[in-house]
Amino acid sequence: MKEKIIIVGNGMTAVKFCQKMVDANLLDKFDLTVVGEEPHYGYDRVHLTSYYTGTSVKELHLAPKEWYNENGIEVIKNTKVIDLDKIKKTVLLDNENVLNYDILVLATGSSAFVPPIEGREKDGVFVYRTIYDLSLIKEYVKEAKKGVVIGGGLLGLEAAKAIMDDGIESTIIERSPWLMGRQLDKRGASFLHKKLDAHGLNIITDTNIARFTGDDKVTGVEFIDGTSIDTDIVIISSGIKARDELAIKAGLEVGKAGGILVDEGMQTTYPGIYAIGECALAMGMIWGLVAPCYEMAEVLVERLKGNEKSFIGSDMSTKLKLIGADVASFGDALGMAEDCIPLMLENKFTHVYKRINISPDGKYLLGGILVGDASDYNMLLQIYKNKILLPPNPESLLTGASQGGGFKLSVLDLADNAVICSCEGVTKGKICAAIENDDVTSVAGLKKCTKAGTGCGGCVPMVDDILTATLKKQGKEVKKVICEHFEFTRQELYDIVKMEGIKTFSDLLHKKGHGAGCEICKPLTASLLASIWNEPIVKHQQIQDTNDKFLANIQRGGTYSIVPRIPGGEITPEKLEAIGRIGKKYDLYCKITGGQRIDLFGARVDQLPVIWEELINEGFESGHAYGKSLRTVKSCVGSTWCRFGLHDSVSFAIEIENRYKGLRSPHKLKGGVSGCVRECAEARGKDFGIIASEKGWNLFVCGNGGANPAHAQLLASDITAETCIQYLDRFLMYYIKTASPLTRTSKWLDGLEGGMDYLKEVVINDSLGMAEQFEKDMQLLVDTYKCEWKEVVENSELRNKFKAFANSDEPDSNIKFVSMRNQKMPTPW
Amino acid sequence: MTSTTNIITPAKAIIWHKTVKTIDIPQNGGVAVLIDGQQIAIFNFTEKGEWYACQNLCPHKMEMALSRGLIGDANGEPKVACPFHKKSFSLETGECLNDSCNNINVFPVKIEDDFVFVGL
Ligand SMILES: Cc1cc2nc3c(=O)[nH]c(=O)nc-3n(C[C@H](O)[C@H](O)[C@H](O)COP(=O)(O)OP(=O)(O)OC[C@H]3O[C@@H](n4cnc5c(N)ncnc54)[C@H](O)[C@@H]3O)c2cc1C
Ligand code: SF4
Ligand code: SF4
Ligand code: FES
Repeated sequence: MKEKIIIVGNGMTAVKFCQKMVDANLLDKFDLTVVGEEPHYGYDRVHLTSYYTGTSVKELHLAPKEWYNENGIEVIKNTKVIDLDKIKKTVLLDNENVLNYDILVLATGSSAFVPPIEGREKDGVFVYRTIYDLSLIKEYVKEAKKGVVIGGGLLGLEAAKAIMDDGIESTIIERSPWLMGRQLDKRGASFLHKKLDAHGLNIITDTNIARFTGDDKVTGVEFIDGTSIDTDIVIISSGIKARDELAIKAGLEVGKAGGILVDEGMQTTYPGIYAIGECALAMGMIWGLVAPCYEMAEVLVERLKGNEKSFIGSDMSTKLKLIGADVASFGDALGMAEDCIPLMLENKFTHVYKRINISPDGKYLLGGILVGDASDYNMLLQIYKNKILLPPNPESLLTGASQGGGFKLSVLDLADNAVICSCEGVTKGKICAAIENDDVTSVAGLKKCTKAGTGCGGCVPMVDDILTATLKKQGKEVKKVICEHFEFTRQELYDIVKMEGIKTFSDLLHKKGHGAGCEICKPLTASLLASIWNEPIVKHQQIQDTNDKFLANIQRGGTYSIVPRIPGGEITPEKLEAIGRIGKKYDLYCKITGGQRIDLFGARVDQLPVIWEELINEGFESGHAYGKSLRTVKSCVGSTWCRFGLHDSVSFAIEIENRYKGLRSPHKLKGGVSGCVRECAEARGKDFGIIASEKGWNLFVCGNGGANPAHAQLLASDITAETCIQYLDRFLMYYIKTASPLTRTSKWLDGLEGGMDYLKEVVINDSLGMAEQFEKDMQLLVDTYKCEWKEVVENSELRNKFKAFANSDEPDSNIKFVSMRNQKMPTPW
Repeated sequence: MTSTTNIITPAKAIIWHKTVKTIDIPQNGGVAVLIDGQQIAIFNFTEKGEWYACQNLCPHKMEMALSRGLIGDANGEPKVACPFHKKSFSLETGECLNDSCNNINVFPVKIEDDFVFVGL
């Protein structure tokens, strides 16, 4: 006869317990029945917040329904266990059924702790624990403008970020003097505080709440000093309370502050009844993270097997997810151990704070805190967990690998039993085995086959490192292949297309790839075909991103924007008037761009050809704002008007913009020309910048603005206009041929071995012997340039593709606008 | 010529709606059509020799956009990627393949007399 195990609660620990029972082949000895109060199969509470942002319940399920069926595990959902008779060995369900058991496992987790604040029963006061809680919040938030989160711990921050991203003006109220008191010291918390401030989150610490105000609905929070703030919603996240009510009713011993008392084998004070997960009081504490809960499940499974495994505590290291600020703490983060030596690094400029605690003999890492830059978290965690001997200068750990700091630990130096993923307890050995024996070659594959990285996800970068290092060790090349359809890099595909004279995507796919292509390889091929053959991109409409497909930039609300080319930013009053007239006629929102031209927003797809027809009649051309191609060559007014000007920067900018217009490249390209060193065109913030010198022009390359600004670097000085264009031809062609997709010139240069010196060799001294070819290739592109919009406007078949519906001439009635400063705007998301 | 593809067992009787000619939908491309005021995306997946239809609405930010997305496959599963933020959806089951979004509705398609019919 099989013994019957009833598990009370179907949360994360219960699911893990069932999975481990299956993996240990124990189901031929035991029958499992899981009774859970929530109306769902056990789900991933750790990623609960993603439910708020759109993940479906089904996706949060830890195991699908079929899995329970296949393994013969009975699941009773939506049902609460309300009593337990430990002598008769029965449990009573709230539907009045009574179930017998041989072994009882309590996995009831915990509930949100709600401090006894007056007014907590009002509408609009919520906790943050279950799918149900979040569905209520999601609904209520729609009507709210301001929100308050009570509790500045890990969870509170996550909740505050979630509603803030929904447009709610959010305030965190924390009773203690600083945020995340369990994980951070005062200094670390102050860095985090500043960072969150900058994100727009209000934070009030060191305060006591008197009551929640409002009639039925909550409208404010009042503090004991008499001050108050307004709010429409309150989310309480002030800690957890173990769900031990069933245990108390049955007379099992519980802790003073709650929690079902268990021994090192997870047994409660009554034989045959066990408690695991957040409801258990093990080693004198409640373990409120998944890793220790899973460890308890493991211990119980081993015990049921007859082994002597004990729960001896677990790692409480955490890395904050979802908040937009790097925060992590591990081990003895606050330095509580006697005589431990804290080492700290503070950088007020980059807002980075790091602290590590070292053993008194300087040999071991005991714990630490990272705020602002947690890129070294996994490595430090490994050093700490595996008791790796520290270098004689342990402060080098603080500067870290990311800043090229001193102490670098290769992932391959870690012991095989080093735990990489604490949530799932996956060791380095297991990951390496999957790569070496089962030929897994991707992080996604490793997640599937080892479960590493499927918990909180914090270890994924390290899993990736192990993958790369192991493959390299095996002598397998780790290629940045573009996607699952082509085993090639962009540069290899460039050569293939050119050498084999391939002219269409399907030809390339059938000859060199497999599957049906995707949103990565299709536009990439379109860009290659355009930069090699310079055929109009409308010929390859079905493999273009929508911007390229409709030759316009898609904007919020699904309309498009139109950018006519205005070379060098020079425009006649007549043309300016024409833009004004057309903008008015089609009710377009107008804005001057950073590249000295005019962007017209809000055109429906069916309006694009008529608007362009009018623009072309007025002498405009496509500005290629939609493509990975040359945007603008910005210029200052130069020597014609400016009293400082050395040469005519406007004329040169126009010449260059007209030369390279329509050029397709791995990423967008921008240029600039300034008439003297005062640099009013900001040319050094561009992919190529030309600045007048006394003797000619100085050519700078590989700069950009954007998220990671970089100054362009000097390629050649005092050259003539002619030489300048020659060098530009070579430089641009070399970049187009060798850069990976979506790599701006500055990033491309970073990856170029030998850097700027090497580039100079190639461009100026022709070290590759390719200069002539580059110039010829470029001249071909210049000679075959056509305005794409002109082609469309003049071709009725192409024009016809610009409509909202294939079976009707109706415009899309879903497009709606609101008005702002006398212009139209899309309705916000 | 009659060919029927990707039939899913419908819960209720399906009504076939005549939409556009097969040649109106570019090879390996898609269009949006209006059926009783509903926006439906139809794809001519020439590479696989199949036709697919789904809602035009992307559930991510509620944009009417999927017909303007690129089609392709992931591990053999036919899919469309929304042009806005590249969320991908299976054209066979409607499942979101980036596991961060709701699923979409997919509809059966049949071809009769060179016309594309969508079953709603
Ligand atoms: C928003 C959020 C984010 C989190 N983020 C992280 C994180 O990043 N990292 C981390 O390590 N941890 C995190 N946690 C904590 C983690 O979710 C818990 O440690 C884990 O869920 C504990 O698992 P459990 O099975 O013990 O309890 P639970 O998952 O709470 O499951 C207990 C289940 O038992 C049910 N139950 C209780 N009593 C009964 C009864 N009498 N009859 C029937 N059913 C009953 C409950 O309804 C519940 O479904 C987070 C928690 C939340 C809420
Ligand atoms: S860069 Fe020099 S030439 Fe150009 S506008 Fe400025 S000061 Fe005048
Ligand atoms: S900076 Fe950001 S928001 Fe502004 S235009 Fe660029 S992408 Fe859009
Ligand atoms: S609107 Fe479709 S992916 Fe964002």
